[in-house]
Amino acid sequence: MNDFLEFKNVSKRFGTVQAVDNVSFSVKRGEFFSLLGPSGCGKTTLLRLMAGFEQPDNGSILLDGQDITQIPPNQRAVNTVFQNYALFPHLTVRENIAFGLRVARRPRQEIDAAVTEMLKLIQMEDKADQRPNQISGGQKQRVAIVRALINRPRVLLLDEPLAALDLKLRQRMLLELDLIHDQVGITFLYVTHDQGEAMSLSDRIAVMQGGKIEQIGIPAEVYEAPKTSFVASFIGDTNFVDGTVTALPMPNYCRVRVEGLGEILCYNDKQKAVGDRVNLSLRPEKFHVTLEQPQEDARLNVLRGKVENIIYAGNHTRFWVHIGERRIATYHQHRRYHLDEKPIRWEDEVWVWWDADSGYMLDDYAPLLEERGITPPPETIHSANGKEQRI
Amino acid sequence: MKRSRIPLLTTLALLLFFYVPIIVLVIDSFNGSRFAGTWGGFSVKWYAKLLQEREIWQAVRNSMVVAVAATFCSTVIGTCAAFALHSFDTRLQRVHNMLIYTPLVVPEILMGISLLLLFIGLKIPLGLFTVFLAHVTFCISYVAMVVLARLQDFDFTLVEAAQDLGASNWICLRRIVLPLLAPGILAGALLAFTLSLDDFVITFFVAGPGATTLPVLVYSMIKHGATPVINALSTLLLAVTFAVVVIAQRLAQEKHT
Ligand SMILES: Nc1ncnc2c1ncn2[C@@H]1O[C@H](COP(=O)(O)OP(=O)(O)O)[C@@H](O)[C@H]1O
Ligand SMILES: [Mg+2]
Repeated sequence: MNDFLEFKNVSKRFGTVQAVDNVSFSVKRGEFFSLLGPSGCGKTTLLRLMAGFEQPDNGSILLDGQDITQIPPNQRAVNTVFQNYALFPHLTVRENIAFGLRVARRPRQEIDAAVTEMLKLIQMEDKADQRPNQISGGQKQRVAIVRALINRPRVLLLDEPLAALDLKLRQRMLLELDLIHDQVGITFLYVTHDQGEAMSLSDRIAVMQGGKIEQIGIPAEVYEAPKTSFVASFIGDTNFVDGTVTALPMPNYCRVRVEGLGEILCYNDKQKAVGDRVNLSLRPEKFHVTLEQPQEDARLNVLRGKVENIIYAGNHTRFWVHIGERRIATYHQHRRYHLDEKPIRWEDEVWVWWDADSGYMLDDYAPLLEERGITPPPETIHSANGKEQRI
Repeated sequence: MKRSRIPLLTTLALLLFFYVPIIVLVIDSFNGSRFAGTWGGFSVKWYAKLLQEREIWQAVRNSMVVAVAATFCSTVIGTCAAFALHSFDTRLQRVHNMLIYTPLVVPEILMGISLLLLFIGLKIPLGLFTVFLAHVTFCISYVAMVVLARLQDFDFTLVEAAQDLGASNWICLRRIVLPLLAPGILAGALLAFTLSLDDFVITFFVAGPGATTLPVLVYSMIKHGATPVINALSTLLLAVTFAVVVIAQRLAQEKHT
């Protein structure tokens, strides 16, 4: 499929802040595309450039092959769902939804029919004549979405649309958004700082940091094959392990000496040579932590360590294991429950083992993180299902 | 727990302090006797007399013409000024801001004299037109301040939302900005109206011989001895002002819910 929406070398500067720094990417027709990144990384600015509220300093924005960079916002076939909803407080729900068509001077019957259809889509026919301050947060959200959809935009822009909702509502709206996207078939450009939202909704994700896009890929790609240490730490939780290649024992694999941990084997997809430095991201759930020694396997890394901390959470347990001079975070999903199984306790000596294929080589080095002023969030553990837990 | 009665008592005392003179005035306007001290029975004869005083009706007409015209002009200009003050933050704007505030703190007598000198200097004949100009001058400041306060908590993403949905600047203004700011603009206009209606000091300086407004007339009447007709006139004025305020509040509340 061809590129429907294209950003070409777009930059935007506010005073001394480079909000968007030479960004290029493209979105396919009908795609659910997310911009994911921490607060202040330039997501909203990108969206505002797309909507036409800001003009780029450099670069151009193409929609279906047409350069729309110079077109004012009220003439772009693009509509926005604002973070704070921005519903018109003096108009009823019905009038809010109808606004786009009223402005476009569509015939009355057409407007009425379209509004009724939208009200049905969000199941709010009974609230049609209420004012925005008489409906709940989730309802406002839904009205904001269909108000933006009624003109059948070519792209729908959503700026953290779920951020203001509580957790339960957020999860329901997540499903609803997915459903609406399937029903209307419009291209969605979705901004969020919540990796769980981005992972569960998106066809593809662009991970942003400091005005730049660090990586674009399908959710599994950015999770399993992060390009940079920032992506690895921002999406999910990970262990950084950096070392030097000491040997190439078999094709596509290398041995890496890791200071304070030992020698480990890893998949050499970057074709590193002996003496090269590498930085690995090892996801917590890739580790096995057992009291028994695992069976010998050439591609298995097996290390010995001491359990330092345990958090039991019903369906899974987290272990922090001290190995050599390092601390490795692991995540163990409970798949079966044996009454007679000897549980792992604090201070136990354990075997920590993982498949050599499970580590992923990053393009940069973890120590660089601090140089770039980024601190990975070590005290926040993101699990794969998007829940957060403070330790 | 025993609640203190002091807040209630002070409130009552304050209300008495404010309203006793007005109540006395209203009662007196229905007093059949010529003298305030003695009750001569209920009567509307002062109102009847009021109707016959041509001079008073001329003054009422003058006051109304000036107030309506000054309110209209100062509301338009003051609202524009508030928008300008709100949207830009340059050094020039800060000067502008200061200039808007000045008329609120400059003593009225000073404004009156300076306007008089200005009009004489420019050879503009004193009359209703100069009164109108003078009133517009100080009313602008009040309107601008009231509207500016409303603008400060106006959510401008609403404007972006409207533009995003295809609205032109004009439609944004007409359908979104003005309806939402209407209570603020109305409040400013009412303030301007009442200020214009009862301004005495400045008007006294710049009014020409044929341009007597109500407050100026009342003053000159009192100089020639207080007459109960003035009480009747004041009572009517009070009723009108009160009605205007009640209507304005109704309107403002309707807009909000
Ligand atoms: N209108 C503006 N004026 C000045 N700085 C701005 C403006 N808009 C955004 N910025 C700055 O640009 C950077 C990116 O902001 P934004 O795009 O809102 O980030 P995000 O939406 O990812 O949190 C921030 O440092 C922010 O302070
Ligand atoms: Mg933002």
